[in-house]
Amino acid sequence: MVTRGFTGRQAGEGQSDRIPPGQHLVEHFPVLSAGPTPRIEPADWKFTLKIGPRAVKTWNWTEFNALPKTKMTRDIHCVTSWSKLDTAWEGVIVDDILADAGVERPTDFVLAHSYDGYSTNVPLADLASGKAMVALKYGGQPLPRDHGGPARLLVPHLYFWKSAKWVNGLQFTERDEAGFWELRGYHIYGNPWREQRYSND
Amino acid sequence: MTEGGALPAPWQTCTIAEIVQQTPTIKSFFLRLSEPFVHIAGQHVDVRLTAPNGYVAMRSYSIASPPTASDIIELAVERLPDGEVSPFLHDVAAVGDEIELRGPLGGHFLWPEHTTAPVLLIGAGSGVVPLMAMIRQRRALAQVAATALLLSARTRRDVLFADELLSTETADPQFNLALAITREAPERASDFARRIDSLMVAEVVARLSGAPGHVFVCGSNGFVNIAADGALAAGLAAPAIKTERYGG
Repeated sequence: MVTRGFTGRQAGEGQSDRIPPGQHLVEHFPVLSAGPTPRIEPADWKFTLKIGPRAVKTWNWTEFNALPKTKMTRDIHCVTSWSKLDTAWEGVIVDDILADAGVERPTDFVLAHSYDGYSTNVPLADLASGKAMVALKYGGQPLPRDHGGPARLLVPHLYFWKSAKWVNGLQFTERDEAGFWELRGYHIYGNPWREQRYSND
Repeated sequence: MTEGGALPAPWQTCTIAEIVQQTPTIKSFFLRLSEPFVHIAGQHVDVRLTAPNGYVAMRSYSIASPPTASDIIELAVERLPDGEVSPFLHDVAAVGDEIELRGPLGGHFLWPEHTTAPVLLIGAGSGVVPLMAMIRQRRALAQVAATALLLSARTRRDVLFADELLSTETADPQFNLALAITREAPERASDFARRIDSLMVAEVVARLSGAPGHVFVCGSNGFVNIAADGALAAGLAAPAIKTERYGG
C-alpha cells in the first residue's frame, strides 16, 4: 500500500543491494539492550564452552586472547530497522574456539549465554566456517561496555540480537532451543534478507 | 513457552482518526485499527510507510494508550529534525490517511498486571510513552501497588502528558510524580532542577512505600544507563530492571 505523501529518504546511492527490506542506514552505532549495562573487568572475565550441561573448557581473558585472532568487516542489521555498513571487528572465530577445545560437531545447535542472563540460539552452521566470532575489538579499540565489552558474539548475517553482548559461553544443545528474545516473540532464526523479525514471519 | 507477545501480528491498515499536538515537539496520533487487538502496556507497534517506487521505511513506536476494548490506539511521536518517518508523520500525515502497522509487539518491557510490589518508572522525553500506557493500565485496573514516575524533560512545556500525570498524582495517593526539569526552574518543590543522577533515583525510590519489585526505564541510551546504574546503586536487583532504549 503506497502511503499518501511519502517519498522517504530511499537507500544510499549504490548501496541499496546491501540494505535488507524494511531497513534504513545509520552512521552512528545505536545501543539497545533489555536491562542495565553489566560491568565485567577483563580480569574477572571467563568464557566456557559446554556440551549440554557439561563444561568442556573454560578460558580466562589471557588464555582467550592467546587464541588466533581474525579481523572481519561486515554490514550489520538490527531488527529495530537500522543497518550499519562496514563495521570492523577483531576477535576469535568460533572455529578456532572449538578447535582449541578439541570439539568438532557434537550437535547442530548452539545457545550463546551472557553475563546478564541473556541467551540466544544460533545453529552451528551459522557460527562455523568463519561466519561468526567472539569479538574483542571494534574499530581497532577494545569493545566498549555499551556494545558488549569486553566480549560479544558477532553473527553479522543474522539480525543483531543474535550477536549476544557480554557473552560468557557457548553451549551445544540437542535441539534448537529458543533464547531470550526468541521466547518473547522474536523469530527463531532471524534472517534479515527474509525479514524474519517476529515468531511467525 | 513464551512470556507473551508471540502471537502472530500481521500487517494491517489503520486510519488516522485524530492528531493532537502534545508538546512543542511531540504529537499524538490516534489510529483506528481495522483489526483491533488488546495489547499489554509497554508493547509497541511497527509502522510501515511505502513510497510510490516501493521503497519502505519502518519504525517501532510504543503504544501510549492502555489496553481497552476500543479499536483506537494512541502513539505519541517526537519529531526528530534529522528523522525520516517522524517528520513525515508530523508534517505530512493528516486525519483520514491510511497507515500500515503491525502489533502488538514486544514480550519483555511489560506492565506486571498482578504486582503487589512497588513499581518505579523512569523516562525522558518521549520515553514516557510506554510508561504512560502502564500508568493508564494501572488506573484502569484500579491497581494499588505504589508507583513512582521520575520523568526528565527540558522544560515544563516539554513534559508529555503533564496534565494527566499531575491529576493522576492528585487523585491517587499511591502514585508519585517527580519531574526532572533540566533547563528551567521546576514549579513544584517535589521536582528536581537538574539532569538525572544516582542521588535523584535514590530519592525517588525512598518516596515509595518499599523497595520496587519492578523498574522500567525508557529513553536515550545515555539516560537509561544513568537511570539503571542509579537503580542498581539504590540496591535494586538487576533482573528487576527492564530497559528500553531509543533505536537508530
